[in-house]
This record gives sequence, C-alpha cells and structure tokens, in this order.
Amino acid sequence: MKHLLIVSLLLAAACAPEKEESATTTAPAAASTTLTLYSGRNEKLIQPLIDRFQTATGIKVAVRYGETSELAATILEEGARTPADVFLAQDGAALGAIEKTELFQPLPPAILERVEPRFASGDGRWVGLSGRARTVVYSTERMKAAELPQSLDALGDPAWKGRFGVAPSNASFQAHMAAYSAVHGEKALRELLRKLVANQPKRYPNNSSIVRAVIAGEIEFGLVNHYYLWQMKREQPEAVVENFFMPEGEVSSFINVAGAGLLSREENAVRLIEYMLNDDSQRYFAQETFEYPLARNARPSTGLIPLGELRSSQIGFAALSDSLPATLELINQSGLLQ
Amino acid sequence: MSGMQSGPAGRSALAHPSPVLVIPALVAAAAVSIPLFYVCLRAIEGGAGRYMELVTSELSLQLLWRTLLLVAGVVPLAAFIGVSMAWLVTRTRLPGRRIWAVLAALPLVFPSYLASFALVSMLGPGGVLQELFGPAAPIRLGDLAYGYSGALIALGFFTYPYVYLMSIAALRETDQTLEEAAQSLGSGPWRRFRDIVLPQLLPAVRSGSLLVTLYVLSDFGAVSIVRYQTFTLGIYNAYRGLFDRSVAAALSTVLILLTLVFIAMDASFRRPPRKRTSGAARPPLLLPLGRWAPVALAWSCLVIGVGFAIPTLTILHWVARALEMNRALDWSFQGTAESVGISIAAALTATLFAIPVALWSARHPSAISRGVSRIVFAGYALPGLVVALALVFFATRSMIVLYQTLGLLLAGYVVRFLPESVGAIESSAARLSPNYELAARSLGASRFRTFRTITLPLLRGGILTGGGLVFLTTIKELPATLILRPSGFETLATRIWTSVTEAFYAEAAIPSLVLILVSALPLYALVIRPVLGSSR
Repeated sequence: MKHLLIVSLLLAAACAPEKEESATTTAPAAASTTLTLYSGRNEKLIQPLIDRFQTATGIKVAVRYGETSELAATILEEGARTPADVFLAQDGAALGAIEKTELFQPLPPAILERVEPRFASGDGRWVGLSGRARTVVYSTERMKAAELPQSLDALGDPAWKGRFGVAPSNASFQAHMAAYSAVHGEKALRELLRKLVANQPKRYPNNSSIVRAVIAGEIEFGLVNHYYLWQMKREQPEAVVENFFMPEGEVSSFINVAGAGLLSREENAVRLIEYMLNDDSQRYFAQETFEYPLARNARPSTGLIPLGELRSSQIGFAALSDSLPATLELINQSGLLQ
Repeated sequence: MSGMQSGPAGRSALAHPSPVLVIPALVAAAAVSIPLFYVCLRAIEGGAGRYMELVTSELSLQLLWRTLLLVAGVVPLAAFIGVSMAWLVTRTRLPGRRIWAVLAALPLVFPSYLASFALVSMLGPGGVLQELFGPAAPIRLGDLAYGYSGALIALGFFTYPYVYLMSIAALRETDQTLEEAAQSLGSGPWRRFRDIVLPQLLPAVRSGSLLVTLYVLSDFGAVSIVRYQTFTLGIYNAYRGLFDRSVAAALSTVLILLTLVFIAMDASFRRPPRKRTSGAARPPLLLPLGRWAPVALAWSCLVIGVGFAIPTLTILHWVARALEMNRALDWSFQGTAESVGISIAAALTATLFAIPVALWSARHPSAISRGVSRIVFAGYALPGLVVALALVFFATRSMIVLYQTLGLLLAGYVVRFLPESVGAIESSAARLSPNYELAARSLGASRFRTFRTITLPLLRGGILTGGGLVFLTTIKELPATLILRPSGFETLATRIWTSVTEAFYAEAAIPSLVLILVSALPLYALVIRPVLGSSR
C-alpha cells in the first residue's frame, strides 16, 4: 500500500509539469503559427491531404478528428472561444447548423466561385469540397439495371418486399430522407416510410455492410452512398456489383456534401480551404475516396456518371438541417429502427 | 439508514471527520457537479414551458419506458451471472475454477461498441457464422442480435463482471466460521448459501447492480449497434440530428432524475449486515459439485462463450483477414503508452478522491457526507458526450488554459468514473466493522497512523477493485476522449474508432488485441489475483 501511495505521488508530480507544457504548446496554436482543424472526416482520408498541404506551404496544421455531429456540438459549446480555425464536416446539414449561429466567417468570393452555388452555403459561409450521391448497389449476376426500382417512391412497391437493404440509423440515410421531406413535405415522407417499413427491408448498421451483403447474396440490392462500391472492389476485385443511379424522382440520387467553413479570421485558414479545392486535392478526392470532386473543372473518377445527370434537387443545406429534426422523429415513429 | 451501521460507539469516537477527508471529498463533489449544473442550465434555456413540453413529450416517455424495460432485464441477468460465477469459482470444486475465475472477469475489457459489434457480426445477417457455413448457416440467430434481445444479451454478458468482481471480493472477505458452524449443524449447501452467504453478499451485489444499472443508462456503444432506443441513444440522436442542445439537455435531466431514483432505491435497500466480519480470512470450504459439475461447466462455457470468446474470435478473424490481404499490421507504441499512462493516472486520481468520499460517508455518516457520496453517482449515467460538452463549456468559459490539455481529459475521466471506485471502497467499508479503528484510536494512535496501519490494509480489496475498474473503463472510453483530448493525443480506443468507422476492420484488429491484452494484465494483477489469492 505504501508503495502504491509513493508511486501515485511520483506520478502526480510527473504529470504536473506535463500539463503545463501542453498548456503552453497549445497557447501559441491559437495565435498564428499552427492552424487548428476540426475534422469530422476520417483521419485515413484527410491526413494525407493535410500532410501535402503542410509540405507545400510550410504551415503547420493540428487536426482534431471526431464525429461530424459531435464536433459541431463542441463548436456550438465553445462559441466564439473556439480554438478551431477550420471545420471540416462530412455532412451538409452539420455545416448548415453552424451557419445559422454566425460562428462561420464569410468566405472570399474567389473560393465560393469554384463550386456550383448549390454546393455552397447560401450566404457564403461554407463551401462544399466533395460530393457523395445516394445510389442503389446491386449484383449484376442477379439483377439487370432496367429491373431495379427507378425512384425512391418505387422502393415502396410491394414487389420488393424483403429483397433489399437499408441502414436506417446511418446519417447518410437520414439526410436522404430529410432531403425527400424538404422537397415533398413531411406527409409524403411519412407515406414513403410507411411503405418502406411494410416492405420489410433488411437493416444494416452502415453502408459498407450493405455492399457486403449484396456481394454475399444476402439481399438483391441496397440503398447506399455511391463510393462504398469502389472501396469494396479494392478489397474484393472479383465482386460483380455495380451502382445504379435511380433516374426518376426529385432526390433519388441526393448529393450530400463534405465541406469546410472558416471559424477564425486567420489568413492561412483560407489557404487551407483553397488548397482543398485545387486540382491536386480534387483529384485526390476523386481517386482516393471515389467521391465527386465539386470544383467546377474537376472530373469524377472513371465509371461515374456526370454530376449534372444525377437526380438531386437544388434545395439548400440550411433547409436540409431544418427538416432533419422532424425527419428523425418520423423515422423513429415509423418503426424502421426497431 | 447507513447511519445505523457504525452504531453509537462509532459515532461518538469518530464523530469529527478530519479535513483531510472532507476537503478532497468536497472538491470531488464540486467537480462531478459541473455536468449536472451544465445540463440544468441548457435544459431551461428555452423556458420552463418548453422544458416541460420536451420532458413529457411522447418521445421522452417512450424512451423512459424502453430504458426501464432494459434495466429491468439486464440487472437481474447480470446479477445472476455475476453471483453464480463468483460462487462457483470461490466456493465449489468447479473443474479448472482458477482459469474460469480469470476468464469470467475478462468481458470487462471489451468496449461495448466492440463487443456488440462482434455479437452482431457473428450472429447477424452476413455474419461470421454465415461466412463459415455459407447462406445455409445452421443457426439463424440474426434477429436475436438486434433490438431488445440484442441489447439484453450484449449488456447482460458484458456488464456482469461488475457484480462478479464485487461478489468475489465479498466472498473472500466474509467469515467462514458461520458456514462451518451451519454445516456442522447439518444445514445443506443451498440453505447455507441462502441464509449465510447471500446476506453477506448483498452489499456487493447491490453496488455491482447499481454500477450495472448506471452503465445500462449511460451506454451508447451497444444500444446504437443493436438498434435499441434508450435515453442515451435519444440524447445522441438529439445532438446528431437537431444540433439543438436544449432537447438533449432536457432528456439528460430525466436521465439524472432516473439515476437519483435508482440510487435512492439502492439506499432504501440498505440494511446493516447481520454479522460483520473481523476481516480475518481463512481458506474457504470447497463444495464438491458431483453430478451438477456438467451443468456448472456448461453454464460457465455459455457465459465465457458469449462474453469473451465471440469478441475475441471476431478480432482474430480481423487479424486473419488483414494477413490474407497482406495489409501491414500496424501497432502504435505511442497509442499504447498514452492509453496506459492516462488510464493509470485516472485510476490513481480517482482512488485518491474516492477514499475520502467513501470513508467520510461510511465512518462519519451525516446528511452532508451521504449527500456527497450520492452526488458522485448522480452524473454517472450521463453519456460521455454530455460530460465532455459540460467540461468544454466550463473550461472555455473559466479555465481556457486547461482546455484541450491532458489535465482536462483526466478530470473528465475522474468525473465519469469516480463512482466505480467509491462504490467498491464503500462496499468494503460497509462489510468491515470500525472496531479496529476505534481500538487503535483509543490506544493513542494518531488518525494518520490508524488510517495507514488499519483502515487502508482492510480496505485494500475495495481500493484495488475500484482502481482496477477505473483503469479498465478509462482505457476503453471513447466519446469524452475524442472531445477532450489534446490535439494529436491518440489512445487505443481512438485508433480502433478511426478504423472501424470507415470499415477498415483489418486495421482495427491490432489495436483491439493490444487493448485487450493491456487490460487483461492489470485485471489479473490488480483485481483477480488479490481477490482469489487466498482461496487455494
């Protein structure tokens, strides 16, 4: 026992200077030499890009990785005292929520002009960097594209009962439903959900397990984000699965954005966002993550249909984050989660 | 109630608690009050009318009902598994009981998100069972892995070690003479268990069950994976979807009230133990199991199979897949060292604060001392995310130098997990009579000397168990770690999270294995060996 006490005292003593040290190292970070980035996007995806930026510009970036929604909640709690210079989110609704609080600084027009207006904030507070479209993933061995449902509404057809998969607790599914609600109204969403539940889809925790289930023959097709297909093909090149972008309906191929907003007036922070929109970075998004690069001149990865041909509405992401609460409530009530 | 425990003699001789107890205990109470204060502040922001509306909304009532239903299922299940395993390994001739004794504590090392993920991916559609046996998997347990049954299995089989460890400590410290006397008077094993062992076990089962209850209330990992909506999941969803803090805060206040109700219920069940022990442990009687041995073995296999084998096999499956794909198995020494270091620091800090809190309330019962020991528990059921945001709120407003430092992260861990240590030490203290301390004091020993030579050695079991629990829960903690850590600070849990969220399971394999190994070693050294040490 005595030893334990001595060890603990030593440890406490050892910890004390360490604390001060880290306090002093974070203090200048808030000043100017080091940028602080809050990233709701995964480290595996983003860190290589950050490393390139650091080498190219000599600007140091300290990154805090977390879940997009939890980082958004943290920023709201920090308010104007946030140490973050840039917030990188993988969901337009989260950007829309911060936008409403005026915590985002306005972005220079030169940055905003690099993407179509529908992929940026209405009042120029954040900009989309890459896009992720909703799609139907199916096995080419078991189905033909022409036989697949042609729109979200068509998924409610009793013919599909028990044959497909969804990930109802996943943010990407929820944002898709919120987009549907923003365009067609809550009543229509309630009806769509009722039909979906009646069709007893198999439910999965996330997009990648749906793609796996299609490969394994567990389901005939599933509703996912488009880029999981390529990630899976990298692991299993022999898999015969394809994406099908539903050609009908307002938001059948709803495009959500991953984007960035500015939380300080730091000049280097603007450079970081600018960097992520340059040709190299946009090519990185296209080739490494298989997302749609959103800069006007950038090309998507081969095999993807052009961005302009996807069925996605022009609704703003502020409207999307407005319709999200009621959408979640409706998903809850529908019984899709149980 | 507990005021009765130390009796009139205890009260007069130890009436004035030393400031060495009171000051750290009050500091601890102030720290754990930060999240409570924060939640109330945010909850009433939108006005009292809106608050009442939120709290009594259909969503809130539904969540309340579903949460209670889960607690009502998990607690008896965990208590039954915990007590049965503890009794089997300490009091019977279960074949290989020392191995079972170690294995039975191990489910505690798995983070609940990992364990439930393993359950779902083993049993669920497209799971390992199917990969092994093809689409014609012999057992279709898929539906069982989700919803209420999934949550019940996941939480029951991964939280019972709380009851198990506390029960083992109690069984070891209880006096064997009564059992021997009863046996010599012809009472059978069941009667001895019911009339002698069980009453002595109750304080341990109670504190273990309280920890299980509060764990169930605060769990996010398991319920989100098996898709069972509880209060905590509701709070996360409120943050995720609404970015409206008042909804999350309103739900959190209900969670705190619920916690207080459970704590009050726990307190009202407290009775002075019929016989307190002198602390003199003797080797226990070992009951031959006879024809019940196969049943006992089958039961142990089931418990260990679900709680330990399934998650371990899942992780090994990931390793195999990583090797198959020729992926580099990267192991980060930095992540391991940082995980272990911060967890040791959290365990020691929590213990330093828990001893005064527990001793003050056990040895100097008063409204204040009991209030302090209860308030420590009040915030235990709050989700890690809420505790973290409360500390963000507090630090950015009044202690910006602490923000995003190891100090604040450590504070977050202590605020979250202090009750584990307090609970363990309190149940040790409740079993031990204060007579030795009184004797030492009356013979002229100083308070400090009494504490050092009498109290600490007698409470050793509780202190080690509590510290061990704090270490284990800290090392796998995720939500508060993500928010409060200094930039660039990596733990094993954050590394697993980085890989699993993008479905790079192969890359999660090594950090998961390391997490389990570094948790299992101290679990063995700190908790299991001293607890089983004398029962040769």
